[in-house]
Amino acid sequence: MRVGAELLKAEGLVRRYAMRRGMFGRSVELRAVDGVSLTIERGRTLGLVGESGCGKSTTGRLVLGMETPDAGSVAFDGRPVPPPGTAAWRALRARMQMVFQDPLGALDRRLPIGVQVAEPLDIHGIGARSERAARVESLLLAVGLRADQGARYPHELSGGQRQRAVLARALATDPALLVCDEPISALDVSIQAQVMNLLVDLQERFGMGMLFVSHDLRAVRQVSHRVAVMYLGRIVEEGEPDAVLQDPAHPYARALVAAIPHPGRSGRRTVLQGDPPNPADRPSGCAFHPRCPVASARCTQDAPTLKRRPDGRMIACHVAQGDAAPGRGVLAEAA
Amino acid sequence: MTTAPLVAISGLTVAFDGQPALRGIDLAVAPGEAVGLVGESGCGKSVTWLAALGLLPPRARIGGSARIDGTELIGASAATLDRVRGGRVAMIFQDPASSLNPVHRIGRQIAEALMLHRGMAGRAAREEARRLLDQVGIPDATRRLDAYPHELSGGQNQRVMIAIALAGRPELLVADEPTTALDVTIQAQILDLLQQLRRDTGMALVLISHDLGVVADTCERVCVMYAGRIVEEAPTDRLFAHAAHPYTRGLIGALPPIDGPRRPLLAIPGGVPEPWAMPPGCAFAPRCAQRVPACDACLPADAAVADGHRAACLRAVTASIPAEHAVA
Amino acid sequence: MLRFLAFRLARAALTIAMVVTFAFIVLRMSGDPAQIIMGADAPPEAVDAFRTAWGLDRPLWEQYFHYFGAILSGDLGRSMRDGRDAIVLVAERIPATLALTIPALLIKVGIGVPAGIYAALHRNSLADRIVMVIAVAGFTVPSFVLGLILVLVFAVQLGWLPSGGQESWRHAILPIITLGVGGAAVLARFTRSAMLEVLGQPFIRTASAKGVPWRMVVTNHALPNAAIPTVTIIGFMVGSLIAGAVVVESVFSWPGVGRLLVVAVSNRDLAVVQCILLLVACTMVVANLVVDLLYGLLDPRLRSAPRQATA
Repeated sequence: MRVGAELLKAEGLVRRYAMRRGMFGRSVELRAVDGVSLTIERGRTLGLVGESGCGKSTTGRLVLGMETPDAGSVAFDGRPVPPPGTAAWRALRARMQMVFQDPLGALDRRLPIGVQVAEPLDIHGIGARSERAARVESLLLAVGLRADQGARYPHELSGGQRQRAVLARALATDPALLVCDEPISALDVSIQAQVMNLLVDLQERFGMGMLFVSHDLRAVRQVSHRVAVMYLGRIVEEGEPDAVLQDPAHPYARALVAAIPHPGRSGRRTVLQGDPPNPADRPSGCAFHPRCPVASARCTQDAPTLKRRPDGRMIACHVAQGDAAPGRGVLAEAA
Repeated sequence: MTTAPLVAISGLTVAFDGQPALRGIDLAVAPGEAVGLVGESGCGKSVTWLAALGLLPPRARIGGSARIDGTELIGASAATLDRVRGGRVAMIFQDPASSLNPVHRIGRQIAEALMLHRGMAGRAAREEARRLLDQVGIPDATRRLDAYPHELSGGQNQRVMIAIALAGRPELLVADEPTTALDVTIQAQILDLLQQLRRDTGMALVLISHDLGVVADTCERVCVMYAGRIVEEAPTDRLFAHAAHPYTRGLIGALPPIDGPRRPLLAIPGGVPEPWAMPPGCAFAPRCAQRVPACDACLPADAAVADGHRAACLRAVTASIPAEHAVA
Repeated sequence: MLRFLAFRLARAALTIAMVVTFAFIVLRMSGDPAQIIMGADAPPEAVDAFRTAWGLDRPLWEQYFHYFGAILSGDLGRSMRDGRDAIVLVAERIPATLALTIPALLIKVGIGVPAGIYAALHRNSLADRIVMVIAVAGFTVPSFVLGLILVLVFAVQLGWLPSGGQESWRHAILPIITLGVGGAAVLARFTRSAMLEVLGQPFIRTASAKGVPWRMVVTNHALPNAAIPTVTIIGFMVGSLIAGAVVVESVFSWPGVGRLLVVAVSNRDLAVVQCILLLVACTMVVANLVVDLLYGLLDPRLRSAPRQATA
């Protein structure tokens, strides 16, 4: 149970969906996740960052086995994750929990939160019945709620308190892995800080590995030990959060960092042109090339692979890898 | 402020079904300036401008005054309001996809504003609509005139909303969380566009946001709102360096830094009070680390901290130390 | 577009075939037409002869295929009562039914839609409450009850209007009102909720923020959007133009298709019943098809919006 030991390893995950365009259209294949490999370590957090439609949430569900990948594998504790729905998978799910963006949607409105926190204990038959009340109380205290708030219904709590209740429920089975999908996006700024602090604090106390899925690089840096930047179903850069934030290597990571609004950042920044691409209409070559300010001819044909730099940073970019001279972007070259 | 304000809001109050939402707002916007309005959900930052422009539902009880160039807007006739809305003051909203009419083409929605405020119709209106789409950076503007909102991305729809806003040549654009529903890189595009348009047209901008970072990037002056009041107002640089109100300092401390050592964020404990359970004194007192008994006695009055810097906090003047997270 | 039309037409044909089959089976299961038509005291030889003449002695599946084949070649059979073509019998009655249902449809749309819009625009006002009380009453009271009440008041008590028959236009007034009120109530409620839903949308606020006067906000922005769900209900009403008056025609002894249906059913006049059901199915299916096409016209999102299908 050493901190930093490998807990979960996903390799070459692919997830495709069929999508129909319009009332009269044909169905198109959409690759939500297109060959993602990642490792989550005990007691450490991997931040997964990207824009809507980049496949980060799907990756989170694939990792938990809530969806079956079309290709690739997930191993938990060195053993492959069993297919969803099986008894073995359900048993394993006690050790892997998920926290979603919307705490109100994740909670049952008709039950007091204490009952909901106790539910996983009942389902997985953890502890003696008599001990469960004490366990629920300690879980509520651990996430910063009062024991008496266990009798409250979800609508009687504030947004931040609800997310605490969701966390208490997720922690009930003492999971080794916690997947958090945009856990703070629906919360107010001051509450976001509370929840981020709580996540870091809980990890220190309970030592679980975490996958923190977010669109917000600031939040990812705050809670993660490594960060992976996703674009259109692939990881394009992965490394230490501070290193990536200070010196992003992939042009898309550079744009994400430049786009962080932060007081005291002066000077004009480079603003990425164009819209996030449609996963059903994937550009050839490097998927980022239509928006890339340094795309060269090679980028339009040849998809770069994720390679490790000597300093440990992983990058998927011909230009950053030195395999292509920086161009001026597709728009500029066409003009 | 030396110039006469373009819009002057004073003592503005709003209540919904007897529950106060705004509890006395005083705010002036000078011609051409960019003001940020920051606060958490329910603090009244959007309601302030919806009330000023008469866009709240009839059950809202509105008091106080909002004037544009001396013309009172609170209780004004429908005809007066229709001339001001989209003409002198334009407004854009958070969710661009649902803020546009799904059954009308983009061009028609822009032309409607051109017709109302500039009397343009037919070919002239279409040409001007195309120019506006160009101006807000929509590629292939001529073809886009005939597109429906669902055929455009979220970022492009927000550009269309801005084009509609520009159609009436407004003196003030109120942008209500214009980038909250958009992706990070698109948020940067839209904020850039707003800056550039302000430089080009000289219009004033009120940027409503929950994100101090967004406001800091764009505005010269920031008002921080809490529970229906403005609790602090200062030039942007000064606010981040010398925030006087504990709530403002809390908001700044809650922002994860982008460099330096990682440590726990300075989270404000507790949550925003419900409108039916307002504390008797300062609304922030129950969450405040600097609270003294006097804080619960009565609403703290606005006090000048420095030139152009005021705060509604009993301890603001004495506690005017730099915020912990002051950014160099 | 063609693919879509072909698909919808195939589905419509399938629906009609299912109605035909279902009607055939149910009618054959529910009693011996020969016995009922010939009367209980008819001699067995006569009943047998009737059976042979109408093919009722053949196996059921043979009758079914024979019947289906006949329909496909346009032969809808003859009435077992008087031997006339069923289609002619039914066609004779259609004008009388339409004389009730078309004016009733105009009442439904002409009163229901404006009342719903007005109620939505003046939500929670006295007028809104009155409209809604009437609307709830209008569609909770069954049409035969309403018909009888109207007869009691206007025919029996006041003596202003006749209580039944088809001699003059005055005979049509009470049945038309009876038919119209219920539909108007349904439409009023539906239009009101569709309008309220649209009025709460952000684009309505955008229109106001643009400086569009309220009247134009309603006509140019709210109504076109609220029309989309309302058209569905109106389409359903159009679809029931022929079959929607069974009860009211019986109450007012109005010699339309509905009354013919009631008589034919009680007589086990198979060809006539089946002919009417086929006609009803056809009008319903055509109305649905038209509604679907109208959707495409009213809502641009349905023309090209990407739809997510399951993986």
